[in-house]
Amino acid sequence: MFEAIAFYLFAALTIVMFTITVMTSQALYALTAMAAGMIFISAFFFILGADFLGAIQIIVYTGAVMALYAFGMMFFDTTRNVVEKRTNPQIVFILGTLAAIMVVAIVVAPIVSNNIQALYPIQEGVGNSQAVGMVLFTKYLVPFEVAAVMLLVAMIAGIVLAGKKMDKSLTLMAEEEIEMMHASTETHQERGEH
Amino acid sequence: MDAAFIIETIVKIVVIMLIFSALAGFGTYFERKVLAFMQRRLGPMHVGPYGLLQIMADGIKLFTKEDIVPQNVVKPIFKIAPVITAATAFMAAAAIPFWPQFTVMGYTVHPIVADINVGILYVLGVMAIGLYGPLLGGMASANKWSLISAARSAAIFISYEVITGLSLLAPLMMVGSLSLIDINNYQAGGITNWIVWSQPVAFILFWIAAFAETGRTPFHLVANDHEIIDGFGTEYSGMRWGLFFIGEYANMFFISFVMAIIFLGGFGDGTIAGAVQLILKVAFFFFFFLWTRAAWPDVRPDQLMWLCWKVLMPIAVLNVIVTGIVMMF
Repeated sequence: MFEAIAFYLFAALTIVMFTITVMTSQALYALTAMAAGMIFISAFFFILGADFLGAIQIIVYTGAVMALYAFGMMFFDTTRNVVEKRTNPQIVFILGTLAAIMVVAIVVAPIVSNNIQALYPIQEGVGNSQAVGMVLFTKYLVPFEVAAVMLLVAMIAGIVLAGKKMDKSLTLMAEEEIEMMHASTETHQERGEH
Repeated sequence: MDAAFIIETIVKIVVIMLIFSALAGFGTYFERKVLAFMQRRLGPMHVGPYGLLQIMADGIKLFTKEDIVPQNVVKPIFKIAPVITAATAFMAAAAIPFWPQFTVMGYTVHPIVADINVGILYVLGVMAIGLYGPLLGGMASANKWSLISAARSAAIFISYEVITGLSLLAPLMMVGSLSLIDINNYQAGGITNWIVWSQPVAFILFWIAAFAETGRTPFHLVANDHEIIDGFGTEYSGMRWGLFFIGEYANMFFISFVMAIIFLGGFGDGTIAGAVQLILKVAFFFFFFLWTRAAWPDVRPDQLMWLCWKVLMPIAVLNVIVTGIVMMF
């Protein structure tokens, strides 16, 4: 009974939160509701007994939404409403409805056709994190390693892109040095123009 | 799930809430006294004997002050931000074993609200949510100091999460479990079994990161009085500001518990002596937070980032690799 109550409570909360995320025109509401929705989703993992995935859901998505906040801080005045340009609301409505129907069909189809088999039965006496580790290092080893390589590529690319002038620190330089640096870049630009 | 379990859990939740809310109040008193003695002052002296009733006076002041919500703030977010800080601090406490199990009138009590087998991940994850308090409070305040504070809190917490996670990885590899009770039992053999002897580097790294996670003085950049007024707290008044305070102090106590359990043996074999030892260890860590505040100035934001990414993170990664190699052979 408790599981049912908890499930319906968190289901309702999650839907409300993501609805706010989509409907509001205030950036802070959208981001906060999204973070809350992500955290409420972890409740489903806890209800299902997947404690490890629940904790990971909290950790990963708080970090991810945090990055969005940082962008929000850079691009918007978060205390004002965002004015959206709606050129064609009909197309948005039709595409949104189609996407929703498709997602429901994808999830429901295997359940309706009774085509789901549990290939990896629950092992007795094995903890949550051990079970994840077993699947990750047997069945999903290649995707796991590929994901690691992709993250490494992204990290190196990030360092290369952002790493220019990283050895210089404005806070450690004297006023004159900063002045000289600005002066030299300006002359470079002038030469480039001529 | 029977009724006894539900009643027991509710009682435990209420007891933990009450004890740690009160401790947060006492924490402010201790902080003022310790800082005062280190700076050759007396600290609070006028209300009650040795100023002990100062906590009551502060409480009455916070509760009865006018709750001002400035005009241009984003009102719902502004109002909910302090609640997030306080609530997540207490939610994190659900997976911390505060005391070894004991028997009262034939009924065994486990002083932990939810013994999930990924305890440490849950505690750190929920503590990480706590940073939404300063972040949202700062962004909703319509105040430039608050906004700077919010940006700093985002940068600091994201960076130091990395240190916390990597430094904990090495001890967790040795124990082979994420449950705080398993980690405690791994060190039950006495002082020579403490993880701090085999993982001193991880201990120091986690300790440094704990200062950033709780926003205490060497890393107190989110509300650095002499640069950005009170940071995210500038526009707050009354009990909303008080909730930020309770959250911060509760977090200090909980991270002290986590450090004592993971690295310094926790409550040992579960006897009364072990339980008293745990309290003493937590008291030492709490005192150390205050001691550092009296002894050290704040660092600059760029120094903080330099320390995190160029010093602590490489050391943490090396520590994990060395631990792995040693465990393999």
